[in-house]
Amino acid sequence: MAAVELSRRDLLAAFLGATVACRARPSKTPLPPGTLVGASFESGHRLRHELNITPGRWIEHDVVICGGGVAGLVAAWRLNGIDTIVLELEPALGGTARSGVNAVSAHPWGAHYVPAPSPENRVLVRLLREMGVMDGDVPREEFLCRDPQERVFYRGRWYEGLYLTAGATDDDLRQLRAFEAEIAKWIDWRDAKGRRAFAIPTALGTDDAEVTALDSLSMAEWLDQHRFTSPRLRWFVEYGCRDDYGTLLGDTSAWAGLFYFASRIPRAGADSEPFITWPEGNGRIVAHLGRNARAMTGTLVTSIVARDDGADVIALRGDEAIGIRARRVIFAGPQFVAARVIRDRPHANEFTYGSWMVANLTLRDRPQSNGFPLAWDNVLYDSPSLGYVVATHQRGIDRGPTVLTYYYPLCDADPHRARERLLATGRDEWADIALTDLERAHPDIRALTERIDVMRWGHAMVRPRPNFVQSPARLAAHEPWRTIHFANTDLSGLALVEESLWHGVRAGEEVLGELGRPLDSWL
Amino acid sequence: MNRTPILFLNVLIIAACGLIYELLAGTVASYVLGDSITQFSLIIGLYLSALGAGAWLSRFLDRDLAARFIDVELGVALAGGLSAPLLFFAFARLDWFRLFLYLVVFVIGTLVGLELPILMRILREHLDFKELVSRVLSFDYVGSLFAAVLFPIFLVPRLGLVRTSIIFGLLNAGVGLYGTYLLRPLLLRGIGGLRVRAAIVIAILVVALVRADALTTMAEDELYAEEVVYATTSPYQRIVVTRSRSGFQLFLNGNLQFASADEYRYHEALVHPAMSAGPPPKRVLILGGGDGLAAREVLKYPSVEQVTLVDLDAKMTGLSKAFPPLSALNHHSFSDKRMHVVNDDAMLWIERVTDRFDAVIVDFPDPNNFALGKLYTTRFYRLLAARLTPDATVSVQCTSPLYARRSYWCIVRTMEAAGLHVRPYQTTVPSFGVWGFALARKHPFDAPRHVAVPIHFLDDATLAGMFVFSPDMAPLPVEINRLDNQMLVRYYEEEWRRWS
Repeated sequence: MAAVELSRRDLLAAFLGATVACRARPSKTPLPPGTLVGASFESGHRLRHELNITPGRWIEHDVVICGGGVAGLVAAWRLNGIDTIVLELEPALGGTARSGVNAVSAHPWGAHYVPAPSPENRVLVRLLREMGVMDGDVPREEFLCRDPQERVFYRGRWYEGLYLTAGATDDDLRQLRAFEAEIAKWIDWRDAKGRRAFAIPTALGTDDAEVTALDSLSMAEWLDQHRFTSPRLRWFVEYGCRDDYGTLLGDTSAWAGLFYFASRIPRAGADSEPFITWPEGNGRIVAHLGRNARAMTGTLVTSIVARDDGADVIALRGDEAIGIRARRVIFAGPQFVAARVIRDRPHANEFTYGSWMVANLTLRDRPQSNGFPLAWDNVLYDSPSLGYVVATHQRGIDRGPTVLTYYYPLCDADPHRARERLLATGRDEWADIALTDLERAHPDIRALTERIDVMRWGHAMVRPRPNFVQSPARLAAHEPWRTIHFANTDLSGLALVEESLWHGVRAGEEVLGELGRPLDSWL
Repeated sequence: MNRTPILFLNVLIIAACGLIYELLAGTVASYVLGDSITQFSLIIGLYLSALGAGAWLSRFLDRDLAARFIDVELGVALAGGLSAPLLFFAFARLDWFRLFLYLVVFVIGTLVGLELPILMRILREHLDFKELVSRVLSFDYVGSLFAAVLFPIFLVPRLGLVRTSIIFGLLNAGVGLYGTYLLRPLLLRGIGGLRVRAAIVIAILVVALVRADALTTMAEDELYAEEVVYATTSPYQRIVVTRSRSGFQLFLNGNLQFASADEYRYHEALVHPAMSAGPPPKRVLILGGGDGLAAREVLKYPSVEQVTLVDLDAKMTGLSKAFPPLSALNHHSFSDKRMHVVNDDAMLWIERVTDRFDAVIVDFPDPNNFALGKLYTTRFYRLLAARLTPDATVSVQCTSPLYARRSYWCIVRTMEAAGLHVRPYQTTVPSFGVWGFALARKHPFDAPRHVAVPIHFLDDATLAGMFVFSPDMAPLPVEINRLDNQMLVRYYEEEWRRWS
């Protein structure tokens, strides 16, 4: 028994820090039940070995889209009217915007919100209008994240907002204002063509060297240069990097760090664009796009061979090998997979991906909490996790059972090491880590949790490391390779739903052009 | 017998307990029924006559006097000790509470009346009659004095009625248990059985004492100025009913919902303008209002065919139906055939339903948290507007335009932002102070001039006066309350903080 306890302590120390591990009470109650959900890395890993498969049958489609995440589904949306099929490895569409549902609530498994679009983001405006989210140019009230939006837990108490104001010194607050002033400068910055320094989608932003040069710095270096030493300011900035990119300050490009803070504010002094969210997170977008898409899930694409007049896609569905002859292929998966399945295309090794664990905790009742009441996003200051979002929040269900989606990015500097740690840790260990972490803020949460399902994302997000986002390799990756076109958020160097949309529509329109269809661009 | 001095101490305790039970019954009766002079007179008279009945009955006990004395002690301990919790419990559930009250008083009085005659007969063999009468009666009266002084200055204010009752029951039981040692030479047999019985009684009383703490904590008792006569916790809130000289008060999570003395002003003002502004309403919706008092006013209208009442808390609507003082106050509105009760969050319910209503009465608690704040948003009022027939009128309770001026005007402006035409109005409810409401329809309209059903308060002149606002309550610039900003909760917290 002592050995088991010791190893549990080691586990907690490795993922939550020694202080938490020492304070963690030995748990007498058994862990709530639950399962390990996707991602299908085992079948995906079959690609590591050369697969020479002869298809049993051949079918034909005008366009094959490899990858049923948001980018692939958006490409299918743009190709409406063309004979198109979407192939997806996982049993469900959505990629990192996948969602789940149980008796209590629908809940996200990954991406869970989208900031309200500015009018320039025409693709997102078009999609949200189609989904009935917009009332003219503004999102309807019921889709905007309900107040209270965020709270942060610090030393036994919850506080409103994300920046920890409680206990801040005059110098902390002065540095916060100086940081905001620095961001405001970038918000109002325009190049000679009137483009923003940081725009959403990124393709609309400037390519001016003053801005792109920021990519050669890490966010930590940028903060150091500006003498931002306040621990709570650096925590606040790093939280943003971990939340959006899964990286620490030292591994985040300053360009990406500043993008996070500057891109969502229309002009200096204005509020940040409000968040649009649903109980199932961006699963709502996936469901909308998936409704009109013809898709084959559970299908592993093993190779794509470009020909002069088209391409051959070979895929495994269970044990059946299928050949699909297409006029054009849109590869909507991440670059690390492209490297394995597209014959002869040069590898793009610059793309690296972070690992995440996402746990959905189904609770029989709301946990106790001291201080500011339950918000949508609930963050623990002293935790390597990102805290949790509340699935029932947006539905206005303020009492009784709920589902909490807990996010834990593995921010190791070496992404391979992070992936090893992720996959070496099983459902029970992850469930224990999540409960032990949250128990600090909610002493009763272990008893209230009825089940914990765990998703391990081995390649959750592309990492916007310094010297990557503005690198020629990154910029070149979205160029078509013969008859194969590319659409995925990683092509922007950032994992953002707006980037998926941009690339999905762009690739779709490239294909429409090649097929000789009339084109009125949505971009 | 050298133990007699201790026996006389027992007399003192017995006497004190007897008087305490009498005082408890009188106090509980005046708390829950009001009219303390009548209650105390009746209970004292009844109790004294029961003492006489007990004394008379003592003649029928001949054998094993010492054992019978201990049995009587345990009986008093149980009946007296549990009297206050039992009376509160019965009050909440029985229609024939008065009869039960007098029965309890008579039973306790009879048992107490048995005590001294039996004790005097036990002691007769050890003392001469002159000495016996003088000692017993003087200790009896000293004990009474002791109790009478302790009751108002220490017991009720410090312990509350329920704890006092149980603690004195334990004292009685203690005397009984001690008696098995003291009177041992006189106990022929069955001493073990007596001790077991005493232990059982003590155990019951100890459990009751622990449960009393679960029912209302001492801290909570101190929170309310008046006596708590009923308290319960539902999954959503703490429900407490108190009783004062002027009547009942209902508190939810410590916030006063109504006082029976002046609730008619609030409910007439809330309901009648909406019911009188348009054509006679047939289908009426009440949101909140789990006390059934708004329903009482609505049901006065013969045109009403159906009332749908949506209240989150089934425990609250259940209490309003079954708790006699509440159901009397709401004229048994929950038993009316026209009433349909739905226990759900009004926001979730209104997103779901497709029915339309001719009048809507919105009687939610004040927006003091985010869960309530959502029921005052543009989103909510838009959903509500979609459930109205073309000529329907809505009234909304909107907190105080005097104490929470920005909150009040925030609600009015939010309703307007949702596309409603709004007429603000206010009145004075002594328990609350100046209170604000808003009348709304989908089209411009005139304020109602007359209420056609019997009223206590809202005559034509009073009705017209409600739509006038003095300068200290005049509109202020405010932001609109939306789901994504919850401005109202922030205004409300800020404004009421100044007054508490």
